[in-house]
Amino acid sequence: MTDGSQPVLEVEGLVKHFRIGRGVANSGRVVHAVDGVSFSIGPGEVLGLVGESGSGKTTVGYCVNRLYEPTAGTIRLDGADITHLSRRGLRPHRRRMHIVFQDPYSSLNPRMTCGQIVGEPIRLHRLARRSALEGRVVELFDSVGLRPELRFRYPHELSGGQRQRVGLARALSVNPSLLIADEPVSALDVSVQASVLNLMRDLRSELGFSCLFISHDLATVEFLCDRVAVMYLGKIVEVAPREELFARPQHPYTQALLSAALEPDPDVQRTRRRVVLEGDIPSPIEPPSGCRFRTRCPLEHESAPRSTDEEPPLVDVTGKGHLVACHLVRRGAEAPRIVELTPELAGARDR
Amino acid sequence: MTEPLLDVRELSVRFDTDEGTVHAVDRMSLTLEPRQVLGIVGESGCGKSVTALSILGLLPKTATVTGSVSFDGTELLGASRSDLRKVRGRQISFVFQEPMTSLNPVFRIGRQIDEVVQEHMDVSKRGARARALELLDLVHIPDPARRVDEYPHQLSGGMRQRVMIAMALACDPKILIADEPTTALDVTIQAGILDLLREVRERLGTAIVLITHNLGVVADLADRVVVMYAGRKAEEAPVRELFAHPQHPYTIGLLGAVPRAGAARNGRLQEIPGRVPSLAELPGHCAFADRCPRADEQSWSEVPQLREVRHDHAVACFHPGDR
Repeated sequence: MTDGSQPVLEVEGLVKHFRIGRGVANSGRVVHAVDGVSFSIGPGEVLGLVGESGSGKTTVGYCVNRLYEPTAGTIRLDGADITHLSRRGLRPHRRRMHIVFQDPYSSLNPRMTCGQIVGEPIRLHRLARRSALEGRVVELFDSVGLRPELRFRYPHELSGGQRQRVGLARALSVNPSLLIADEPVSALDVSVQASVLNLMRDLRSELGFSCLFISHDLATVEFLCDRVAVMYLGKIVEVAPREELFARPQHPYTQALLSAALEPDPDVQRTRRRVVLEGDIPSPIEPPSGCRFRTRCPLEHESAPRSTDEEPPLVDVTGKGHLVACHLVRRGAEAPRIVELTPELAGARDR
Repeated sequence: MTEPLLDVRELSVRFDTDEGTVHAVDRMSLTLEPRQVLGIVGESGCGKSVTALSILGLLPKTATVTGSVSFDGTELLGASRSDLRKVRGRQISFVFQEPMTSLNPVFRIGRQIDEVVQEHMDVSKRGARARALELLDLVHIPDPARRVDEYPHQLSGGMRQRVMIAMALACDPKILIADEPTTALDVTIQAGILDLLREVRERLGTAIVLITHNLGVVADLADRVVVMYAGRKAEEAPVRELFAHPQHPYTIGLLGAVPRAGAARNGRLQEIPGRVPSLAELPGHCAFADRCPRADEQSWSEVPQLREVRHDHAVACFHPGDR
């Protein structure tokens, strides 16, 4: 984050619980989807939020965009507290953030033309009318690499990649200061993913918006993001600038995640050691006490019994914005490794 | 050279639909050696899954399949249902992508495995259960004796996929066809399933046909790779050769399109312009021509035939070559 300037987004102690079940037996059961998450995004910064399914990453995105009502915590957008604003109260803030959804098939209204879809936010915020609106839509189509004629088509006539571009044009139509992108390329074919990722990177340097980029794919996050936050079972376990995180992952979960990511290179794949975590991600209905990762952590024996009794706080271990929530990681000391980075991978990163 | 276990020759698959004929696969040939892991890679609609399904005659009636599929010397195409049943599950078995929908939600895991064992092997109920426990142990499901009495919804996605693999291995098949076995799974779970498949090959000597869109999965597990595009084979080579010296512009494009560890900050991903062609009509030219930087007049007028351009490395392109 750049010093002195106000963050575009500040999230503090965000909690989102979902009540589930009815009747006597089930009442009071709660899914702890997000359980105390704090982070901020600076102007022009892209923060990657990575995690596996059930980690709560999408719930964070939906809370920030106020598609979910947060259970606790504060969300500040450009300094203004929007955590509990009413729909009406939220309206002026709506144009400052926009979301791109994962599924380009269900997130566009099939009864509107693509031009109407892209123009709708502009119309609703009364930013332009008639020919000015039309001109702006053409401009937006052009900027996301779609032929302007496509604005008369309906979503079903477009390919997945084209639809995701329509979603992106709609999100950018009101010049938001924050773009929330929830797995924007994971539904697309490899060759199409590449062009959408390139486009996002170009637009970002052109328009300078900040971005919360939610993804399960580490390589995509490494390609696009300035800083990366890793989530596990409703908590952030590690945050660091991109190079730092990928070169020196500290939290055992991050290390395991990086070691398991597949690299399209047989030489790298067959020489590296990977850590396969025992068991599965625990249920967010009854998350483990203390450290949430302890049930799968290969180093748990070293931190027990603290791991069960105490929740590790997220602390800056380098003094330069590398935050880790682990009992075994201390400032100034080398983090315990559960796997060595292979020379090939480390080499690729140093180049 | 050993006799191939599976020999697919000139396999073509056509679907007759209301909107006309769809040519899903066009003259595909494959061979699979014993113990080999053959990766078939391609994007959606390239025909990789249809190729796999047609090997066991699992396609719907609307499909017209021609060519030859020979397993251990027996022709499977056009074989009677009862002959096919002797091969399916027993000699060649299938693991599907979606472990959620491939298991029956209303029966306990144990019963579903018992059923497979009893169907194919001459064993008592008790013998079947013993085999089920052995299989669950083989695929590293902790506490099998407890798990056999659970229902699919009580298992995680990774566990379900392990159960599917256990069922596929029930009769010690010679070939396991795995269609996107890890696509629905999380990264850390995926790694475990890939290790399991590797172990199956090492310990049981099972040959594996691995169908995937993920080049990382292929790089991890396959010995040999076939790249498919628009129903045809674009390139085939041993795995290291293919990744080190890709010859087809499509393969080169795919490899360049994937973000990698340490992707340079300002480097761009390689884009493949355009989209996969519809398979309604088989083009009389190179199917990749409209997206290819190397396409010329010849690409637009003839279909490139597969030819060997490097040792044991075949490509269907008029202008092959490293990037």
